[in-house]
Amino acid sequence: MSSTRQGKLGDWVFFNLTRFFALFVLLMLGGTVASLVHGAWPAIERFGWGFLWSGEWNPPMERFGALIPIYGTLATSLIALIIAVPVSFGIAIFLTEMAPAWLKRPLGIAIELLAGVPSIVYGMWGLLVFSPVFANYAQPMLAATLGKLPLIGELFSGPALGIGILSAGVVLAIMTIPFIASVMRDVFDVTPPMLKESAYGLGATTWEVVWHVVLPYTRVGVIGGVMLGLGRALGETMAVTFLIGNMNVFGGFSLFLPGNSIASALANEFAEADSPIYAASLIELGLILFFITFVVLSLSKLLLMQLSRQSGRET
Amino acid sequence: MNFPDFRNIVATTFVAALLPLSAQAADITGAGATFPAPIYGKWAEAYQKATGNKINYQSIGSGGGIKQIVAKTVDFGASDMPLKQEELDKQGLMQFPAVIGGEVLVYNLPGIKSGEIRLTGAVLADIFLGKIVKWNDKALAELNPKVALPDQAIAVVRRSDGSGTTFIFTNYLSKVSPEWKTKVGEGTAVQWPVGLGGKGNEGVSAFVQRIPGSLGYVEYAYAKQGKMSYTLLQNAAGNFPQPDDSAFKAAAVGADWTKSAFYEILTNEPGKDAWPITGATFILVPKVSNKPAQTLESLKFFEWAYKNGAKMATDLDYVPLPDALVKLIHTSWSNIKDVSGKPVWTGK
Repeated sequence: MSSTRQGKLGDWVFFNLTRFFALFVLLMLGGTVASLVHGAWPAIERFGWGFLWSGEWNPPMERFGALIPIYGTLATSLIALIIAVPVSFGIAIFLTEMAPAWLKRPLGIAIELLAGVPSIVYGMWGLLVFSPVFANYAQPMLAATLGKLPLIGELFSGPALGIGILSAGVVLAIMTIPFIASVMRDVFDVTPPMLKESAYGLGATTWEVVWHVVLPYTRVGVIGGVMLGLGRALGETMAVTFLIGNMNVFGGFSLFLPGNSIASALANEFAEADSPIYAASLIELGLILFFITFVVLSLSKLLLMQLSRQSGRET
Repeated sequence: MNFPDFRNIVATTFVAALLPLSAQAADITGAGATFPAPIYGKWAEAYQKATGNKINYQSIGSGGGIKQIVAKTVDFGASDMPLKQEELDKQGLMQFPAVIGGEVLVYNLPGIKSGEIRLTGAVLADIFLGKIVKWNDKALAELNPKVALPDQAIAVVRRSDGSGTTFIFTNYLSKVSPEWKTKVGEGTAVQWPVGLGGKGNEGVSAFVQRIPGSLGYVEYAYAKQGKMSYTLLQNAAGNFPQPDDSAFKAAAVGADWTKSAFYEILTNEPGKDAWPITGATFILVPKVSNKPAQTLESLKFFEWAYKNGAKMATDLDYVPLPDALVKLIHTSWSNIKDVSGKPVWTGK
């Protein structure tokens, strides 16, 4: 009798404690948004919506706009995903379906270790090692091949400095691969062997098993992994600062040109932002980054809902 | 029976707990500019050895230093950019210079030795405006008839982070180029028309060392320690002095320090040996101090540093203040009062 009452009390405490933690997260989130809006208010008041599409960032004249950092943030993250998703997918397939048993563990651990390398290390490596190699070999090659194509050729033109949006994107890809790959591997691993064995039994190739059995079964996890990587790419600061060139003037669409990202602008300029409107504009940049992340997460949820509705129709 | 002992223990613990507190009361905290942080650190170390008083300096950037001294969370603030008299009055602060440093233009042109390239302020401004884009441009060739300038693009490198170094550099460009002044202006961060941004002096140095054809500005110490090639630059008197301690000092000596609040930026100074991109870094203290003991300790630290810190400054490639200026600073300190209106500084 008393033990049940105790159990009930325990349940009650546990329920309320966990509820408090969950609500606390919401409270923190709300507090963050409120303090960002409060801090950014002078800039919001002065520049209005124009802040979003003005390409000017001029501290001495106190004219600020977010277009260049928004463009840089999105462009570098997109490049990172375009490279990182297929590579991570390949790594995960290899690790779960094809690697010999003795290789699986060491390779898996190596990838997880890469995820733990601090971003400043990637930044220094990117600046001192990657960027010269990229400027001397990769960029001239890209300019000579992709650069000759119509339309997208424009993206791969200009001086090969090894510093710019493309360099930052490639290093971001290297940084996000461990995250995406290890999540993909984990979710591929939980596909019930029975499903896979049945498909193999019906004569399916490895690729067919992965594409038609493993991937549909794990797509929530896979998209979650990609979003985790995207989240890291959007907010990455130090590595991008070292490689993006920190240019606040739009020079053209070439990915070889230097640009700026929101996180990088904040890291660079916040300490010395002397006038109130300057500081407020930087905080508004932070608010925009917050908003971008929110939109990206919502889109991924929508995508998942769409997918599950489609698969519902198929079966 | 053992209770008295216990009480004793409590008493000793209590006293022991108080001790570090009372020692901390003599501690001084300052925050601000990163450019003079190495010398402030060095001075603080030597000062502690000599007097036992501890100075904590946090190099969080000039903007942060100003914010902290306005909020009175530190005993002194430090800024590379002097505040104007109106601003000081508004915030109830007073400022004085602490030490002087110079900036040089470093470049990466294999085969051309350090000091071989000559620039004028106008040409430099045109390069940073993106109007001169090649090393063999006519304007550069005219200035350097004996140098074989390559047909190579100039890769402009500048700071990406807000910085007092940038303020001094853009202040110079604004003085020598009307176009720069109207189009870009001066500040700790500006809208650069061209160029790559490196983070900190280290970042700019790394870019210049890596990218052939690059040209960037760094503090003199970085160029010297990194053994980078630097240009000569024409000063206001029309000469091309070597950038070194004596040229920075010449700029400080020639300057007019009698202006209110020592608002003097040492760029483009008239002296015939003066290096044109020189700057002092400043200390901010409250004009009416609610913690007079702390303010006095801060002033004592700088008095000590002016007197004993010159060699340490020179070793780190800073330039100590001229004696005449130190006298003026001492005089200005008599304007610092406590809340009751009594002067804080009781020295000479």
